[in-house]
Amino acid sequence: MGAIYRREMGAFFTSGLAYVFLSVFFLFSGYFFYAGTLQSGTTDTSAMFNALFLVVLFLIPILTMRLLSEEKKQKTDQGLLTAPIGLWSIVLGKYFAALTLFIIAESISFVYALILSAYGTVVWATLIANYFAMLILGAAFIAVGLFISSLTENQMASAVASFLALMLLYMLDEIEQSISIEFIQKILSALSFYSRFTEFTMGIFNLSSVIFYISAVFIFNFFTVRILEKRRWS
Amino acid sequence: MIEVKNLTKKYGDKVAVNDISFKVEKGEILGFLGPNGAGKSTTMNMLTGYISSSSGRILINGVDILEDPKKAKSFIGYLPEIPPLYVDMTVDGYLNFMYDLKKCKLPRKAHLKDVCDLCKITDVRNRIIKNLSKGYRQRVGLAQALIGNPPVLILDEPTVGLDPNQIIEIRTLIKKLGKNHTVILSSHILPEIQAVCDKIIIINKGVVAADGTADEIAKNITNEHKMTIRIEGTTKTSADKDEIVAALRAIDGVKYVRADMERETGIYDYDVESEEDSDIRRDINKVCSEKGWNVLMMQLSDLTLEDIFMKITVGDGIEAEAQAAASKPKVRINLNFGDQSDDDDDDDEDNGSEENEDNITGSENESIEDENASGEENENGGQE
Repeated sequence: MGAIYRREMGAFFTSGLAYVFLSVFFLFSGYFFYAGTLQSGTTDTSAMFNALFLVVLFLIPILTMRLLSEEKKQKTDQGLLTAPIGLWSIVLGKYFAALTLFIIAESISFVYALILSAYGTVVWATLIANYFAMLILGAAFIAVGLFISSLTENQMASAVASFLALMLLYMLDEIEQSISIEFIQKILSALSFYSRFTEFTMGIFNLSSVIFYISAVFIFNFFTVRILEKRRWS
Repeated sequence: MIEVKNLTKKYGDKVAVNDISFKVEKGEILGFLGPNGAGKSTTMNMLTGYISSSSGRILINGVDILEDPKKAKSFIGYLPEIPPLYVDMTVDGYLNFMYDLKKCKLPRKAHLKDVCDLCKITDVRNRIIKNLSKGYRQRVGLAQALIGNPPVLILDEPTVGLDPNQIIEIRTLIKKLGKNHTVILSSHILPEIQAVCDKIIIINKGVVAADGTADEIAKNITNEHKMTIRIEGTTKTSADKDEIVAALRAIDGVKYVRADMERETGIYDYDVESEEDSDIRRDINKVCSEKGWNVLMMQLSDLTLEDIFMKITVGDGIEAEAQAAASKPKVRINLNFGDQSDDDDDDDEDNGSEENEDNITGSENESIEDENASGEENENGGQE
């Protein structure tokens, strides 16, 4: 796992993808920090984090698009799959590399919190819960993106499909409202990534949501492993 | 060391590899030979655990590749058909990555240096793989397979893309490695297999068509008498050809005559096969002197591996399919022969216009003529 993790981290930076990801992330988070928080003279960051949901939704597919699709296309997966390591190591190595980059982006944006604390009173518990919510949201999205990347050989197809999948997760609330069957509404609202996330931004720490996101991470990584396994048998 | 039992791979209805069994001991070099699409790479991919088999067993060092893949894979160094290189890494970075990936325990610096020296890539260690030529990439791929000093090496067409000098170097290297490792190597280049391998398995359409040492395989069909004759006709044009072929055919004991390439202006070579216990050389001379032709060259040829290969693989598809259906892995080669020469006779009417036949016989003749020339020249002929 370590070897794959280190290689992926290196590849993020040598390919320039990391710089694009980080700069776009800072551009948008900086703007929303200014427009949502600073301009209204408040230390309430919920507006910023709400907006960042969409930014993350756009950026995660870029992070994950080539992780497995490129291996397949360049036939480098032959090297990985014939090495004495398990499929979980391959998947998790890649997963944690993408997650690390996301954490780097997020932790640098912690500067905003410091700025706020210098000029006003910050409710640290809420703020940290916000950052934490963002982290597990990104973690779940990366797992989804990685899974979709394992389905195709084409980076662009992977990126677009991941984007659509995440968009669908985002729209679950909208869909829920347009469906009148109570039973389906219940399921959809239970699966909603967005409403669980907004709950955090309002300062509610819901343990079941934490478990929900972490389960999503596990399930999608599991699917990815199954896809790699299935490919050998087809 | 490697034991393969009744290995079969099916893709839907298509049978890519059908009931292959073989065994390779430590210190042996096994050559997989077969035309493109014969199932060589599929077999190797199964051996290395990249894809699974539909049925059958593979034991590497006594470990089943499907039961304990991690352990079995740790015994194998694999160079796939397309080397699995991350093109945006440097050679050094890539080899270090593979070293980590294989959880290699040998001292890192010294071991990587050894491997680079062996594959002659020390001078490109700091370059980015993207910018390397195909030959260098191939050698980086080989270096990657050698990392960790695995007891089993599986090399899928290791000399593709190399220049003649490098080919010789890599062959020497493989031979050297073969002393302490078990090596399986595939190729569609015959002299290469002949030069390097102890044992040969010829695969065609997913079944083992022949196996054994080169001599053993050849022995099965050396009851054939075959020679190449160069005859100068009277007119020195292609018009002589048919006349000469007809005259040669009329000789007692001649089974098969075929006009080959134009070797000198207006002068052709003829491939002649004769009955088992007949010596037709004197008769040929007699016929030629009667007609006023000159025999410029007469060369007896034992069947080379190329002939065998051709017999097995170019032979009519129906027969090969019948073999596949019967799924008998070890078909004796001489079974084919009776029918074969008849078929060839038919081809002969249009003077070997079939392209691939011409090509293969062309290079075969070269190898006979340049017997003393080094191996790689004749191989180039084969490749082109």
